[in-house]
Amino acid sequence: MRQPLLALLAKEPAHGYELKVALEQTFGQAYPSPNIGQIYVTLKRLEQDGLVRSEDVEQTTRPNKRVYELTATGREAVRAWVEEPSDGPRIRDEFFIKLILAPMAGLADRMELMNSQRRHYLRIMRNLIELQAETDPADTTSRLLIEGAVLHLQADLDWLERCQEELV
Amino acid sequence: MSRSAPKGLPWPAQRGRLPGDDTPLLRTSKLVKVYRADGVTVEAIRGVDIEFAAGEFVAIMGPSGSGKSTLLHVLGGLEPATAGEIWLLGQRVDGLSTAGWAILRRRHVGFVFQFFNLLSNMTVADNVELPALLAGATPRQARKRREELLAELGIADKAGAAPTRLSGGEQQRVALARALANEPSLLLADEPTGNLDSTNTRDVLRLLRRAHADGQAILMVTHDARVASLADRVINLFDGMVADDARIVPIPRGRNGVGDIVELRELRG
Repeated sequence: MRQPLLALLAKEPAHGYELKVALEQTFGQAYPSPNIGQIYVTLKRLEQDGLVRSEDVEQTTRPNKRVYELTATGREAVRAWVEEPSDGPRIRDEFFIKLILAPMAGLADRMELMNSQRRHYLRIMRNLIELQAETDPADTTSRLLIEGAVLHLQADLDWLERCQEELV
Repeated sequence: MSRSAPKGLPWPAQRGRLPGDDTPLLRTSKLVKVYRADGVTVEAIRGVDIEFAAGEFVAIMGPSGSGKSTLLHVLGGLEPATAGEIWLLGQRVDGLSTAGWAILRRRHVGFVFQFFNLLSNMTVADNVELPALLAGATPRQARKRREELLAELGIADKAGAAPTRLSGGEQQRVALARALANEPSLLLADEPTGNLDSTNTRDVLRLLRRAHADGQAILMVTHDARVASLADRVINLFDGMVADDARIVPIPRGRNGVGDIVELRELRG
């Protein structure tokens, strides 16, 4: 949660609830609604770390709101985050560790592990294809996110096939 | 029913009509396929026992060389089995002659291939009408069925075109229309989206799903998990044997839509 909040604050100062709304509007259906409590906690930690500072803004009819803005350190941190390449989601694959270690310890049969993993991937794939069919074609963010997940899953399944060829 | 129909056979064949309720649409017992060439023996299928119910959509997956396509070809009578039994609609068919298989396929089995295999010297309309005419439909019945199918597949305007003038996606839709022309009891598909881009894959998928929802039994070999995940069942072949045979039950979904399934790594805590 830290980096997205910093990135939003790099655009303009905002209070907690505005950040929640901005995340929802940007990612639409593609991201579960962020928890407001989690946003406040994250902002407080960012402030302790010196990445943001805040001030109370008086409101006449409501309680004061706390508006956050980036510090120079925060701006540097968010720039570093943007510039640094991101790991793909599959660089450390938990299933592969299981596949190698569990049969060595006599905990599982390799073929059974692969079969149940394949079933699991296919179930997720079914959900993704159904979501894809239901997603508003105008919702580009959601569409691309789903397509990315579909392509990753296909690669996982292809790789599972390769493991089957080499390990069984 | 019509003058040109082979005697006693109505058109179209009634899809999935089975002698008894518990008779599977298709069943194999100890099916074996061995290729022998230049003194080399390859056991492509090594004892496969499977059953398909009427209306079922089954995907066959597995590594290259696992015997997927061979199995499909043997089940459709395109290649003879070496040993074992094949039962279609309660009848044993593994001993049929080439001609016997041809007649059976016309009425009960539709085929879709990766490379479409359309007749290039005929129009799209003729490609789709031909199987119905061969199976005993009158020209009027065949034309009506062709018009329905092409309209449903969104290519009604291509009826007069030569297949080679069509895009890959359009050609595969024509092939699908041709395979469905006789409302076959069983549709066999060998990598039907293997040669299509993702938009055309999605279209062909939608059409297969619709046919399946209408009760069409489909047995499909595919590498494409998008396609396989839509099946009721996925069979995994490995070394010519069934390694896994499982129903695909979707995961119950929460209220958050895509976010429940797709996790944005960068946004995590």
